[in-house]
Amino acid sequence: MSKTLIKLTDIDKSFGAASVLRKVSLQLDEGEIHCLAGENGSGKSTLIKIISGVYRHDAGRIELGGRHYPTLRPIDAIREGVQVIYQDFSLFPNLTVAENLALSDQVESGRAWVSWQRVEAIARESLALIGVDMDTSRLVEELPVSGKQLVAIARAVYCNARVIIMDEPTTTLTDREIASLFALIRRLKERGIATLFVSHKMREMLDITERITILRNGEKVAEGRTEDFDEAGITRAMTGRDIRSDRYVWNGVRSDPVLELRDFTRTGDFQGLNLSLYKGEIVGITGLLGSGRTELAETLFGLRNTRERPGGEKNSGKILRNGREIKVRSVSDAIAEGIAYVPEDRLTEGIFAEQPIERNLFANSYPRFKNALGLLDRAKLRELSSALIRAYNVVASNLKLPIRTLSGGNQQKVMLARWISTGAEVLLLNGPTVGVDVGARFEIYRKLREIAAGGVGILLFSDELQELISNCNRIFVINRGRFTHELDTGALQEDELSALLGLSLEEAIQ
Amino acid sequence: MNTLSKNRLFQRNEFWLLCLLIVLSLTVGAVNGAFWSANNLFSLFKSTIVTGIFALGVFLVIVSGGIDISFPAFAVFSFYITVKFLLSIKYTGTILLPFLMSMTFGACLGLVNALLLSSFQLAPLIVTLGTGSAVTGFLRAFVGTATLSNLPQPLIDFSRWNIYKKTLADGSIVSFSGAFLILLVLAILIHVMMKRTTLGRGIYAIGGDEVAAKRVGFNVKRLRLFVYSFTGALAGIAGIIHCSLIRLANPRDLEGAEMEVIAAVVLGGASLTGGKGSVAGTLLGVALIVLIKGSLILVGVPSDWQKVVIGLVLITATGLTAWRSRRSDEGGRA
Ligand SMILES: Nc1ncnc2c1ncn2[C@@H]1O[C@H](COP(=O)(O)OP(=O)(O)OP(=O)(O)O)[C@@H](O)[C@H]1O
Ligand SMILES: [Mg+2]
Repeated sequence: MSKTLIKLTDIDKSFGAASVLRKVSLQLDEGEIHCLAGENGSGKSTLIKIISGVYRHDAGRIELGGRHYPTLRPIDAIREGVQVIYQDFSLFPNLTVAENLALSDQVESGRAWVSWQRVEAIARESLALIGVDMDTSRLVEELPVSGKQLVAIARAVYCNARVIIMDEPTTTLTDREIASLFALIRRLKERGIATLFVSHKMREMLDITERITILRNGEKVAEGRTEDFDEAGITRAMTGRDIRSDRYVWNGVRSDPVLELRDFTRTGDFQGLNLSLYKGEIVGITGLLGSGRTELAETLFGLRNTRERPGGEKNSGKILRNGREIKVRSVSDAIAEGIAYVPEDRLTEGIFAEQPIERNLFANSYPRFKNALGLLDRAKLRELSSALIRAYNVVASNLKLPIRTLSGGNQQKVMLARWISTGAEVLLLNGPTVGVDVGARFEIYRKLREIAAGGVGILLFSDELQELISNCNRIFVINRGRFTHELDTGALQEDELSALLGLSLEEAIQ
Repeated sequence: MNTLSKNRLFQRNEFWLLCLLIVLSLTVGAVNGAFWSANNLFSLFKSTIVTGIFALGVFLVIVSGGIDISFPAFAVFSFYITVKFLLSIKYTGTILLPFLMSMTFGACLGLVNALLLSSFQLAPLIVTLGTGSAVTGFLRAFVGTATLSNLPQPLIDFSRWNIYKKTLADGSIVSFSGAFLILLVLAILIHVMMKRTTLGRGIYAIGGDEVAAKRVGFNVKRLRLFVYSFTGALAGIAGIIHCSLIRLANPRDLEGAEMEVIAAVVLGGASLTGGKGSVAGTLLGVALIVLIKGSLILVGVPSDWQKVVIGLVLITATGLTAWRSRRSDEGGRA
């Protein structure tokens, strides 16, 4: 029988009048890989903050390492080996990898002087603990997200972590990086380190975890061994209803494309792309990291042209809108041509964290709300924002609150609503459901179909195969900057697509 | 990895500053041979002393993620009160007391900055703008507006302290001021502190990410107190040296000095967002600013243009840094 590291019993938590957690219990044993699932705003992040001592619980019992903590301070949690990998990783971007790894030891040991040999030794040792090799002299700000995550994990493990808690660790990683993260979690398990993580991706939950706890609306609705769950079961527990996905069928005619690419090339990113997007179509574009997927999306929206490097990267080929050749040199060109873009990294690109939700909703469409005097029509704005909030199921108590008080997934929905509501005729979506829960995903899919039915052409850039298959009528596979396949989704199966992509998650883990 | 370390030298701000400094010196020297005379060089070095000590203080504050524009006011306040007091007691002892006094006044004022910052969570720009203005006003209203030219003897002696002095054949005297040593010692001290002590690394850490610094266990509030008082103390030292070297205690002195000093520090590679910069870079930045100011006349640029040139240099330098970091961002993405 393995030891119990975390035992929460009947935890309650409210913020002011809003009750966020009600009688939630959770148990985590040594070496266990545990997933915390639930819709956006169900209280997952809040629960994690309670375990790490950041928030104080209102009622209930917290036991860490067998000890009861009536009030848990962050330092207590750390002493019990509870290490949280924050979403921003809580690293120092201006310092080297080595120093980031060694700094907490430096402070804790109370040394006045810094020995750089010691810093290097600690860094090496920390990285060795998680079996990772990296250049310790690089600045953390130069690392990709996955690298930062590794540094954060190495630091946690070095600080004698027994439980590592990660809030949505995979949202900003590519498939390959996710696979190696999971491989790492399994290695940590062998050392007896438990992992508690939050995820919205079914595959991840089912593939890697041993136990699942599901929250709905601040209450625990299900808990058990992963074998006992399947996708439908999890979805039902999370949303309290059955969600069936039917495939998107397009019945339009192939004439007069709203967007057409002819031999579209940007040296170094992609070459010779040909594509026609017709009214009402939802066309998927998928490919691995570095395949040119995101580069294509950004170029179409004018994000890349302005940054031409002296290396001579040029666009050639043509973009046609309704049969007329257009030039997209900048974002304002793209917007003027009726092209809208929902970026992949919505939470860092274009969110105004301290601004009210309402203002975030309309940040790029204020000109549309002019009244007769050319001033902002506040009444119209208010009316529309409540409508949007309802349409996208954003869980928010007050639209005047800063957007950062929303749960992660709900922030995501606000951003999505903002971009979609600009009234464009060509909509480019890059990973539109990253960090969004199942229930809300289906709302978004429904919304997309509705928009497409209104005559908009949608390009959906994504690496979630199921999402692509059920929501697109055609899919292009891009590899090393070229379209390698064009597929009708009619009878397409996920494993066929994944084989074409040359990657299956399973495979990559091993 | 090998190519990385090879590239590092060229990526370093200090390297480019040094190149710029050399090129500039050669250019000015080519236009006007008088540039290379011992007289001119020594006087350039002398001009770096006060700006340099100020810059070291501002460097600390900027690395910690803050900013300080109150230091010229603090410097004037500290030296003026010190001089006035010493005159009133007809002080004739060692130079130590004036230094200690001025430094303590500066440190106390810096402490006020830090306390205001941490207790009201205000932006450092606003706080130091306020304290600087308040201190100047207080000095003029309650202490005096008269320029004191009969400094106490120890300060006069200090201004005559040279580590090198020679009378040339034509009877003119060249000398290298001993006060330069104080700048050097302070620079080395601060360099060691920033590179080798937990305290210094903590200052870099809070400049990089304050919340993360807190989580690692740094006492952010105490670090801030230290930084601002230390900067105040340096302002006090720079102030008394300045007043001794020009042999005047003028309460209207040093107005606008902050612009030049901040320019030097930013030029030296410190990022206004905090967490970056080095003592070596700061000194090079100071050298560059002093060189530009001191040499424009030698190459025939009217002195009114100094400010224009310094402004342009500042914008170009920060623009370059921003451009470079954007490029390396893109490199990371590709
Ligand atoms: N500091 C706060 N003040 C007020 N309300 C808060 C605060 N933090 C969270 N909430 C509310 O508590 C609820 C639960 O939020 P939480 O962040 O725990 O959700 P979550 O399950 O992590 O959701 P997601 O999947 O979207 O990240 C949300 O309705 C949120 O608006
Ligand atoms: Mg969350």
